[in-house]
Amino acid sequence: MEPLLAILVGLFFAAAIYLMLSKFTIRIMLGIAILGNAVNLLLFTGGRLTRGVPPIIPAGLETLPAGTANPLPQALILTAIVISFSFLAFLLVLTYRAYQDLGTDDTSEMRAAEPDDRPLPPLGY
Amino acid sequence: MAAPTTIDLAAALITAPVPIGHWLAILPVAHCITLGAVLLMLRNHPRLQAWLAISGLAALALIDAALLAKVSAEGPLTMVMGRWLPPFGIAFTVDLLGALMAFTAALVALAAGIYALADIGESGRRYGFFPLLMLLMAGVTGAFLTGDVFNLYVWFEVLLISSFGLIILGSERQQIDGALKYAVLNLIATTLFLIGVGILYAAFGTLNMADIAARAKDLRGTAPLMTLASLFLLAFGMKAAAFPVNFWLPAAYHTPRIVVSALFAGLLTKVGIYALIRVMVMLLPVERQELSLVIALAAAATIVVGALGALAENDIRRLFGYVVISGIGNMLAGVALGGPSGGPSGDIDGVSGAVFYALHSMVLMTALYLAAGEIARRGGGLLLSELGGLYRQSGAFAALSLVLFLAACGLPPFSGFWPKVILVKAALDLGDWWLAAAILVGGFLTTIAFGRLFLLAYWRPASVELMPFEARWRAGLPLAALTALTIGFGILPEQLLALSRSAAAGLADPAAYLHSVFPGGAR
Repeated sequence: MEPLLAILVGLFFAAAIYLMLSKFTIRIMLGIAILGNAVNLLLFTGGRLTRGVPPIIPAGLETLPAGTANPLPQALILTAIVISFSFLAFLLVLTYRAYQDLGTDDTSEMRAAEPDDRPLPPLGY
Repeated sequence: MAAPTTIDLAAALITAPVPIGHWLAILPVAHCITLGAVLLMLRNHPRLQAWLAISGLAALALIDAALLAKVSAEGPLTMVMGRWLPPFGIAFTVDLLGALMAFTAALVALAAGIYALADIGESGRRYGFFPLLMLLMAGVTGAFLTGDVFNLYVWFEVLLISSFGLIILGSERQQIDGALKYAVLNLIATTLFLIGVGILYAAFGTLNMADIAARAKDLRGTAPLMTLASLFLLAFGMKAAAFPVNFWLPAAYHTPRIVVSALFAGLLTKVGIYALIRVMVMLLPVERQELSLVIALAAAATIVVGALGALAENDIRRLFGYVVISGIGNMLAGVALGGPSGGPSGDIDGVSGAVFYALHSMVLMTALYLAAGEIARRGGGLLLSELGGLYRQSGAFAALSLVLFLAACGLPPFSGFWPKVILVKAALDLGDWWLAAAILVGGFLTTIAFGRLFLLAYWRPASVELMPFEARWRAGLPLAALTALTIGFGILPEQLLALSRSAAAGLADPAAYLHSVFPGGAR
């Protein structure tokens, strides 16, 4: 199971990096969304991967039975999902607002904060 | 698996009540979050909100001062959440480094809060400047005080989301543009950090910093620790704006309100440096040693690129942005040089130089941006090509600015001098003459940049007659207080020098830190 997921994580990273290298903000956002999922899967693979054994201590025992998955990475993923989801929502709104205000979604034309024709400081007075 | 039939739960649970003093470890963060929520509810009462926020920030500074006093007297302090003892429970572990950074951050935030009375109008307050400021402080303080790597990630995100809110306050076109670049690059940096955390957990099976520090030597050779160290270096380097990944900073830091720029320049990059010091120096010291050439090269490049960028800028706030970057390079140089050098002056080392520089830089960069706000108000702009006549308008303000400029260049007798002395000395002791040269050349180029700034904006006659300017205490008081701190650290550095030395010693030999987390000895 782990090798399969490792390959999937690799594919996700490749796709995310490819999209994030784009000039268009909406593609960058898609890349970030995929990157977040890639990292979540990575965390998930970091815990043990087993099928069908819930990490619940049965009555009468005091530790988990053998072969259960580690529940902690799943708690970490839950936190990371909430955070990356809210950030993605914020970024999408920001991107849309930037598209409205700047009239472009091409990052090479987004130069409101750093105009191309900024003068050099004076050399003397 | 033969599961034991009974387990001694007392070994994993807190059974004794927490001593009152230990609540100090969590109090700053709880205070900030609670106050942030209360301020949010008061958004229809801008005046009341502002005064409550400022008294809350003053209280935060007092709490952090008490924490610092306790930690410097009694050694590291640990408080554990949810009754589970480490490594199961999430621990807040405060050592001298964390307490020092948190206290300085609180002072800076207090100054910025007072300045905000003059800088943030009613609409900015309604859009939540003060609640966001408190949540930003919760994130910053939490990152300084936590003893758990995943928790560090969470505090990074808390401060990041509040900084997003602060940077777009005002919704101007260039703010949206700057915020987009800031947000995307910082989000990628924290995601890289999260990748590191995932691999770290897979390798160590624990996220508690003390546990990791204790176990790293057993896992060396079997776990991919170099990969981890490189990932953390890249992620925190990006957060701190180190050389190849620094260009988001000058693209974004000049767009928000002055006081927001000041907060960001003072606090956010230093959180990155703090995390870098914590992870590289305390958790993975051997990997830091192996990567030290890479870090040193990045540091030298950051110093020189930052200083050259400052030379080429016409906009004062962007110029200061490059000065922030150059300062980050100096702190990175400290991380590259590492612990006690073993040279003739045994106790002078790079890490204590980096800690001193970080504390100095938090105060100074905030003060510089607040001064930029005053320059804009007095001179009517921030462009070097248009400013002039500020000296004639107010000699006192010119003198105050000159103090800040000289401190930023690292000239005596101001606070920037001492950390540079330590760093150059440590670099020479280790034989890294080129790193020492980079620090000195960076300081020289910064001096030229600031000299020209003073010449053009202050000494040059104004093109239009400047109106006499009425100084306001809300802006003048925080600026004067931060400048006084800069002068104080420059003239009487012994106390801070001793503190940053023992903070660095605590990182090089984290026995006290480990003992505080595992009083019964590490597992």
